[in-house]
Amino acid sequence: MTANTTEKTAVQTKPGSQIIVDTLLEHGVEVLFGYLGGVVLPLFDKLYDSPIRVVIPRHEQGGCHMADAYARSTGKVGVVIATSGPGATNLTTGLATAMMDSVPLVALTGQVRTELIGNDAFQEADTTGITRPITKHNVIVKNPNELAQTIREAFFIASTGRPGPVLIDIPVDMQIAQVPVTPPQPIELPGYRIRERGHARQITAAAEAINSSQRPVLYVGGGVISGNASEPLRKLAKKANIPVTMTLMGLGAFDQNDPLSLNMLGMHGAAYANFAVQNCDLLICVGARFDDRVTGKLKAFAPHARVIHIDLDPSSISKNVPADIPVVGSARHVLTELLELVEYRERKEWFDQIAEWKKRHPLRYDQNAKTIKPQYVIEELWKQTQGQAIITTGVGQHQMWTAQFYRFNRPRQFITSGGLGTMGFGLPAAIGAQIANPDALVIDIDGDSSFNMTLTELSTAVMYELPVKVCLINNGYMGMVRQWQELFYGKRYSCSSLKSPDFARLAEAFGAVGLRAEKKEEVPAVIKAMLAEKRPCVADFRVDPEENVWPMVPAGKSLHEMDGLDIFEMA
Amino acid sequence: MKHILSALVQNKPGVLAHVAGMFAARAFNIDSLAVGRTDDPSLSRMTIVVIGDDRVVEQVRKQLAKIVTVVKVQDFAGMDVVARDLMLISVACPPEKRPEILALVEMFQGKVVDIGSKFVMVEVAGPENKIEAFIEACRPYGIKNLVRTGTVAMARQPRFAPPENEEAK
Ligand SMILES: Cc1ncc(C[n+]2csc(CCOP(=O)(O)OP(=O)(O)O)c2C)c(N)n1
Repeated sequence: MTANTTEKTAVQTKPGSQIIVDTLLEHGVEVLFGYLGGVVLPLFDKLYDSPIRVVIPRHEQGGCHMADAYARSTGKVGVVIATSGPGATNLTTGLATAMMDSVPLVALTGQVRTELIGNDAFQEADTTGITRPITKHNVIVKNPNELAQTIREAFFIASTGRPGPVLIDIPVDMQIAQVPVTPPQPIELPGYRIRERGHARQITAAAEAINSSQRPVLYVGGGVISGNASEPLRKLAKKANIPVTMTLMGLGAFDQNDPLSLNMLGMHGAAYANFAVQNCDLLICVGARFDDRVTGKLKAFAPHARVIHIDLDPSSISKNVPADIPVVGSARHVLTELLELVEYRERKEWFDQIAEWKKRHPLRYDQNAKTIKPQYVIEELWKQTQGQAIITTGVGQHQMWTAQFYRFNRPRQFITSGGLGTMGFGLPAAIGAQIANPDALVIDIDGDSSFNMTLTELSTAVMYELPVKVCLINNGYMGMVRQWQELFYGKRYSCSSLKSPDFARLAEAFGAVGLRAEKKEEVPAVIKAMLAEKRPCVADFRVDPEENVWPMVPAGKSLHEMDGLDIFEMA
Repeated sequence: MKHILSALVQNKPGVLAHVAGMFAARAFNIDSLAVGRTDDPSLSRMTIVVIGDDRVVEQVRKQLAKIVTVVKVQDFAGMDVVARDLMLISVACPPEKRPEILALVEMFQGKVVDIGSKFVMVEVAGPENKIEAFIEACRPYGIKNLVRTGTVAMARQPRFAPPENEEAK
């Protein structure tokens, strides 16, 4: 008994682990993804009695991608827990993925007892040291009284400004210590300021530039989706009559079925998107960062354009491409204010030119081929799902074909690892998205090599009875790598083919449903069967092994120097 | 080009690692980094000398400001700045050279802080070029040991407030 309990004004105390759970509940956490270990047992013990649903992945990387996709598909903060040492190091790929794509995540890791830190104790790793460059912020808690406030700050930092993962390392003695219960304190982070509102004069300058431009293009990225700015973006594009091209991360920010959509730009972007950027007189970049996969050769990027750059993160502005009109602020605020100031312009010549490009170089593939073309599978999937499914992917050719042939119509519909390009993201992401959206149709369009990396999570899907679908674009190769070897290494396919298991039978072994299509005629029926399935399902499409993604801007070339355009040339 | 940045940071564990890590991860070149507490025990001040063109330094400044525990960053470019390094230097000093070396120390407004039969330890503070000049002056006698703090800097206050009516647009 502590002295406190005998005093009249006794402060209520609880174990740190209970404080952690209470603080998670205070932030509306309903689901979290976690894996056990010695130094998080006190925490899991309290989760046992809590209303929070705990999903156990088969590997911490999987858990982190699940929390990530949960966040991407809902806009809420994802939460993941891992034990110290190997548990924490297994999180790193997931954290780096979330960091590169600005996903709000709170990761809680256990740590060895405070007095053992630095002694190479069993399962000790310098978690904050390891994760410093791949988190937005991280801290180790060494005073149990600071637990609650540290968690509150973590949620705040993860979800505001440019979102990102925040990690809290919690030694096990902090979880056991009795901690006085205190009401939430105001969050005081003197070094953390967010400028939501853009500078009024810059916004006016941007509006004037828009109103006087003949050939404008909106170039939008993931910031529009994470900033919930799709609606003002749509209104602005309509009102000012501006075509919209999207980065991989921006897909879904603007309806790709809209006549103003130019689809994706960049290395594997649509030719008309790249031509439009190279010929525009005004490039309005919103929530994107001029990634090298988008710009091609920087010096020759959008050579005739003035550049308006709207971004919440000042360090993104003028990092790669100098902005003529920089606007630091949230996409939502700035676009809403811009909307008031812009006027309709017809820009007939510009739209005629774009129509001509679209007609000459549509995204196409050989529809008369005898083999199963990967693009055909994705297009058929798009048709049968009426373009409404939530789609996740691995990384490689299948990811690019998905970007090209599944026409996304709403934000948070496409969940893919853009910045880090993490193979193995697809299946765990589908599981996270399905948990967040139990009634939605969630499909992982995956490559055979990507799927091999995390397919163990199939057993997670089976255990939690999640009806996720895996649509395997199985070409027997690390396809994207093979494409580069074909084009740039004289077809020397060094180490890029793997012998895979029979995926359909493997799925059955996991307790899921396995399907396979080897002939083109089988594709529609297999997709139909997959969609009808209520259990987790893997459909293995044996596609043309040497199909390439076209068009392609080779590394180091400028955006309009695309290879493979002749394939798209209309007769 | 050398640039001096001054960053006010929270006095918390991990802050220095965050700052140093950011420099390493982004391949920025630090010339010197000096850290110490301010009059407010919850805040420290870092003076960072970086080498790079204006665009690089602009990125450094923005990336620094982005670190959650970094409260404020100031770039001293184009400002009237007082910049000082502190050096302790131990110079070979046989008795017959003593008058010569003491005169040198005097000239540089240094201070003898330790003296032995063969060496003298001198403290010199000042702008970098003065420190460097002192090192060169000592070289012929033989330098045994040398340690420098890296630059600390502060902007001068504007001497006179501009007249009111000019300030108002
Ligand atoms: C974790 C990881 N390792 C390696 C790579 C490099 N890489 C990019 S694409 C690719 C091949 C992907 O093959 P697959 O998943 O079968 O997809 P496909 O290109 O065949 O559609 C590789 C190895 C990566 N992006 N991520």
